[in-house]
Amino acid sequence: MVMTGNYASAYGAKLSRAEVIAAYPITPQTSIVEKLAEFVSSGELRAKFIPVESEHSAMAACVAAQTAGARTYTATSSHGLTLMHEVLMWASGARLPIVITNVSRAMAPPWSVWVDHMDSIAQRDTGWLQFFCQSDQEVLDTIIMAYKACESRSVMLPAMVIEDAFILSHTSEPVDVPDQELVDSFLPAYAPELKIEVGKAMGFGSLVKPDQYMEFRYKAMQGMEDARERILSVEKEFKHIFGREHGGLLERYRCDDAEVVLVAAGSVASTAKDVVDAMRAKGVRVGLARIRAFRPFPHQELRALGSKVDGLAVLDRSYTFGAAGAMFTEVKASMYSLQRKPAVKNYIAGLGGRDITPRTLEKILEDMLVVSKRGAEDEVEWVDVAGLPRRWR
Amino acid sequence: MTKTTIPYEEFAYPGSTGCPGCGANLVMRYLLKALGERTILSIPACCWAVMPGYWPSHCLKVPLLYTAFEATGAAISGLRAALDVKGVEDVTVVGFAGDGGTVDIGLQAMSGAAERRTDVIYVMYDNEAYMNTGIQRSGSTPWGAWTTTTPVGTNHGFKHESKKDIMSIMQAHGIPYAATVSVAHPEDFVKKAAKAKSIKGFRFIHAMSPCPPGWRMNPMHTVEVARLAVDTHMFPLYEIEHGKVRITRKGKGLPVSEYLKAQGRFSHLTAPEVSAIQKAVDESWKLLLAKEASGT
Repeated sequence: MVMTGNYASAYGAKLSRAEVIAAYPITPQTSIVEKLAEFVSSGELRAKFIPVESEHSAMAACVAAQTAGARTYTATSSHGLTLMHEVLMWASGARLPIVITNVSRAMAPPWSVWVDHMDSIAQRDTGWLQFFCQSDQEVLDTIIMAYKACESRSVMLPAMVIEDAFILSHTSEPVDVPDQELVDSFLPAYAPELKIEVGKAMGFGSLVKPDQYMEFRYKAMQGMEDARERILSVEKEFKHIFGREHGGLLERYRCDDAEVVLVAAGSVASTAKDVVDAMRAKGVRVGLARIRAFRPFPHQELRALGSKVDGLAVLDRSYTFGAAGAMFTEVKASMYSLQRKPAVKNYIAGLGGRDITPRTLEKILEDMLVVSKRGAEDEVEWVDVAGLPRRWR
Repeated sequence: MTKTTIPYEEFAYPGSTGCPGCGANLVMRYLLKALGERTILSIPACCWAVMPGYWPSHCLKVPLLYTAFEATGAAISGLRAALDVKGVEDVTVVGFAGDGGTVDIGLQAMSGAAERRTDVIYVMYDNEAYMNTGIQRSGSTPWGAWTTTTPVGTNHGFKHESKKDIMSIMQAHGIPYAATVSVAHPEDFVKKAAKAKSIKGFRFIHAMSPCPPGWRMNPMHTVEVARLAVDTHMFPLYEIEHGKVRITRKGKGLPVSEYLKAQGRFSHLTAPEVSAIQKAVDESWKLLLAKEASGT
C-alpha cells in the first residue's frame, strides 16, 4: 500500500492489536488517531477508543489501562508530548510497556508545526525507549517490534516511536502491510505477570521509603540495559518472518573504510545516504551512522565505529541550551574511553522544519574532513542561520 | 433494637496512617462498605495517597492504582476501558480524590470523564484545603477560613473567596447521579453510595471530611463538627438523580456560629464576618429548597 507515516503508525498499532487507545488531536499527529478511530468504529480493530480531553489524560488513561492488563497505544506531537512528560515518567516507573508514536515537531514560541527533535529529546530522561525512524515502513515495523521488545519480562518499559513531522507524517511511501496472522505469530497477546484486578488487594505505585526507592530505579535501569540485546534479537526474528530489518540501535551505511562519518537521526538519514553515495562515487570516503535508538543509546556501537574513523560529524535537529546538541554530547561521551579518539564536531541544523538539503550535508561532510585533520574552530556550529558568515547551501 | 443498615463487613483495615480523628478514614470506610469487594480504586496525590501505608503494606481490601495529582478522571477512564475490552463485568471503578485534586488541578480530567459518560464513581473527600501538604488554600476552602497560604494578619488575612460549588458544576455535566454525604450520617452515606453503585454512567459523591489538624480542632470532635455542618446548612445533604434535586437531611437549622466556633481556622472572624457567612448560607439553603421544590 502507499501511505503516509501517520497511516503507517495507525496500521502498526492495529496490527499490534492495541486494545485501549486514548488520544487527543494535535498537528501533525491527528491523522493517526483519526485512522485508528475509523478502525475501531468499523470493527476492524477490537479496541476501546477514549477521546480524552488532553495528552496528559491520554497517557494517564493508557497507564491505567495497561496496569489493568490491556495493550495500549497513543500518538502525539511536540506540545502534546511535553504535556505528557509527568505521566511518561509514571509509565516507565510503573514498568508498563506502552508504545506511542511521537510525530517530532518544534516547540513554541515561536509557533512552528514543522520537524524538529526538541520535543523527543526533552523526554530522554523519562525512562522510555526512543526510536527515530527514517521511513514510513520503519514506523510501522518499529511499532510492532517495540511492543515485542518492551513486553519482554526482562525489559517491561515503554517505547516512543518517532516520525519526523510532515517529512514522514504526511509523505506517502510504498509500505508493506504484513498479514495479521504473521504479526500475531510474531507478537502474542499481552500477558503481564501482574495486573490490577478485583480479588487481589494491592496498591500499584505505593509510597516507598528511601531504603526501597533506589532498588526500583536500579531494576528499571537493568530493564533498559537488557533492552539493548532484546531490540536486536526481536529485529532478528522480525527479519526472519517479514524479511526486513532497520539497523538495530545504530544503522551503519558505508562506514567501512570511511574517513569521516555523519551521525544523524530521523528522516534526514535517507537524504544523507544519497549524499554518501554521491561523494563515494567521487572517491571521497564518507559514511553515515544513523542513531535509530536514542534510548538505550548505542555507546558500544559508536565506540566500535569511532575507533576506525578520523572524524564524526554529529548532526542535531535540536539544541540543549547551555550545552550542545544532545546527540553530540552522547557521541562525544562514547568516544572518551577510546585510545585513539576521532575528531567530533556538532552541527545544529534543520530546526523548526528548515530543509536540510543534500548540498548542506555535503558541506558538513567536507567541513568534517578538514576538521578531522586540522581541528575545529568551534566544536558546535549552527548550520544555515541568517547573519552567520558561512554559506551552507 | 433497630437493625443497622450499614454492612458489618470491613474493607478498610487498621493500619491507615491517617491522623487521629481523620474524617477521610471514615469516608473510605463507609464508601467501601457500600461498594464491596468488587471495586477498583484510583487515588491521586492527596492524604489517601499516603494513608494506605508504605509499600508493601496496604490497608485496604480492594486494589488501588495510584495516579498523578491531576489525572484521576483519566485513570478511571483507562481502568474502565481496559475492563470493558477484557470483558470483566460487575466491577465498580472508583476515583477517590481530595478537594484540591478535584476542584483545582483535577477538574479538567474529571470533567472530561464525566462528559464522556464514563461508567465510574468519582468521590471527592473534601477537607477544604491542601491538607497533605500542610493546610494550603484550595478552591474548596470556604470564605473566612485561615490556611497557611491565607494567613490571618493585619493586611487582608483569611480566605476572601467563596468555596467552589462543585455539585453545581457536576450537575451542569448532566450526570445521572450526584450526592453529598457526611461522616456524621453514615446511614445516609451508605445508602447514597449504594445507590450510586446501582446506576450506570458517571456518578459523583461529595463527602465532607473534617480534618482536625487543618481545621484546628480536637480530633475527638470530627463527627460532631461534621454533624454541625449539616445542622447549620453549611453542608446540606442532598442528591441529584437525573437532574432532580432531593434533600435527604434537612438539619436543625442551627446558627452557623455553632459550626464556626468549633474550629480554630475561623477563630479570627468578627461578628459582622460571621453574619456575612450566615447570610450566604441562608441564601444557598433557600436556593437549594427552591431547587428541590421545582425538581431541578
